[in-house]
Amino acid sequence: MIKVKNLVKRYVNVNAVDNISFDVEENEIVGLLGPNGAGKTTTMRILTCFMPATAGSATVAGYDVFTDSLNVRQEIGYLPENVPLYLDMRVKEYLMFRSKLKNIPRRERRKKIEYCLEMTGITDVQNQIIGTLSKGYKQRVGLADTLVHDPKILILDEPTIGLDPNQIRQIRSVIKSLGQKHTVLLSTHILPEVEMVCDRVMIIDKGKIVAMDTPANLMRQLKTGSNLVLEIRGDGEKIKRSLSGIDTVQSVSYRKKDDANEFYIDGNGEKDIREDVFNCIVKDNYILREMRRQTITLEEIFHQVTTKETEEETASA
Amino acid sequence: MRNVTTIFQREILSYFYSPIAYVVISVFLIASGFFFAGNLQFWQEASLKGSLDSIQFFLLLLTPVITMKLFADESKSGTMETLMTSPVTDFDVVFGKFLAALSLYTVMILPTWIYVLFLSIFGNPDFGPIFSSYIGLLLMGGLFVSIGLLVSSLTKNQVVAAVIGIVALIILWVVGFLSTYGDGWFYETLRYIGTYDHWSSFTKGIVDTRDVIYYLSFTALLLFITVRNVESRKWR
Repeated sequence: MIKVKNLVKRYVNVNAVDNISFDVEENEIVGLLGPNGAGKTTTMRILTCFMPATAGSATVAGYDVFTDSLNVRQEIGYLPENVPLYLDMRVKEYLMFRSKLKNIPRRERRKKIEYCLEMTGITDVQNQIIGTLSKGYKQRVGLADTLVHDPKILILDEPTIGLDPNQIRQIRSVIKSLGQKHTVLLSTHILPEVEMVCDRVMIIDKGKIVAMDTPANLMRQLKTGSNLVLEIRGDGEKIKRSLSGIDTVQSVSYRKKDDANEFYIDGNGEKDIREDVFNCIVKDNYILREMRRQTITLEEIFHQVTTKETEEETASA
Repeated sequence: MRNVTTIFQREILSYFYSPIAYVVISVFLIASGFFFAGNLQFWQEASLKGSLDSIQFFLLLLTPVITMKLFADESKSGTMETLMTSPVTDFDVVFGKFLAALSLYTVMILPTWIYVLFLSIFGNPDFGPIFSSYIGLLLMGGLFVSIGLLVSSLTKNQVVAAVIGIVALIILWVVGFLSTYGDGWFYETLRYIGTYDHWSSFTKGIVDTRDVIYYLSFTALLLFITVRNVESRKWR
């Protein structure tokens, strides 16, 4: 649905978007993840034809964003960051205005608007002036606007920013349900959101894509071998020595915890080292209280991929 | 064209949702009523002679207030982004807003026909110059609104838009006076650019195609520049 190839957006002396390429398939929810100023909003603005790219190409729903901009805009629903709305209009009036702009035939307008009001749960505030609504409701009015012409593609820039946890949950479930009928590209810097909502994640930093995969794959990829946490009773030093003797184990460290020791073990490869470790402990008759795999969260992946580069840079400098 | 209508409707609606329309219209009517009475007393003549010049002066001050929010507000609140990513062309937006502001301008000057009514009750005015003056007012309104629209598209701040708009209109007005200081192509050009010269022939009852062309072409040029300026976000 969205095809981006070698896209570049250059501002005076920085590349806000630096040669990125990606595809988004139909009915897929893709999360664009990155620190502030990474180029998420710029990418979205290019895809929605708000600004052109310096180089590269992008097609949305089969139309080129540079040459077929009006057709592209007909096929997308775009929710900009901070959800700009006309605060002096009433909710229903605003949606009516937007549905006219989006070329919905007169007969269908009322039905479509009602559907959107229901979908986003704002039916009971439809006659209120937008300026008097709370942030969460405004967000939903914005979301209703993006849906009103039943676009193939939704582009949502930080749809849950500034909401309270309940509202975030509601908006997320709305987005999730939208994914069945629409292709969704959303940006965020809240990680659990991506894990919960998205089929695929794209981590972007300084205008470049640094990682792109499903949330689960990303975690697996970056887990480098297997990290174990164990709780063992006995003499720490002795246990450490015997654990280090296993060939698949790369490093062992421990600290005292109550009347036992907590061990951290890194394997040196993709191989599962749990059985080796267990056998070693049983052989030497230590008392094992706990063994668990340390799962790396998206948060750590994010931190790893977005800071790796700067560390390398500072190291080389 | 349907998009122009949609934009037009929203702008008109928003004029009357905010206090702008009411404030501008009342200020204008109070001021023009005051000057109408004063001029009538001074000239003792059943015409709009002096009053129209003072009316014109207030239009210089108030038209930029009508147009100040048109683009400045959209850029400031970010609605420019939702607007420009809808399937509408830049021209639709500019022209819709232009028509809305021009309509409010027309609504503002329409009540001054009460003065004409008074004149015809208590005297016997010559309707020729009055009609031509109103044609002039409308054409001039188009020019003023397009200047205000351009200025509004250049800034995010409504106050800045209003002030620069007023200054621009005053310059456009006084530049015509400068032309009386000399002869030659330079002063000729100044006279042509200034609005006052073109406007005053309308008040004398003359509808000269040269003046009509001056207003229409100038308005079209400014609207064209505005469309270009709105587009310029794409290459800036």
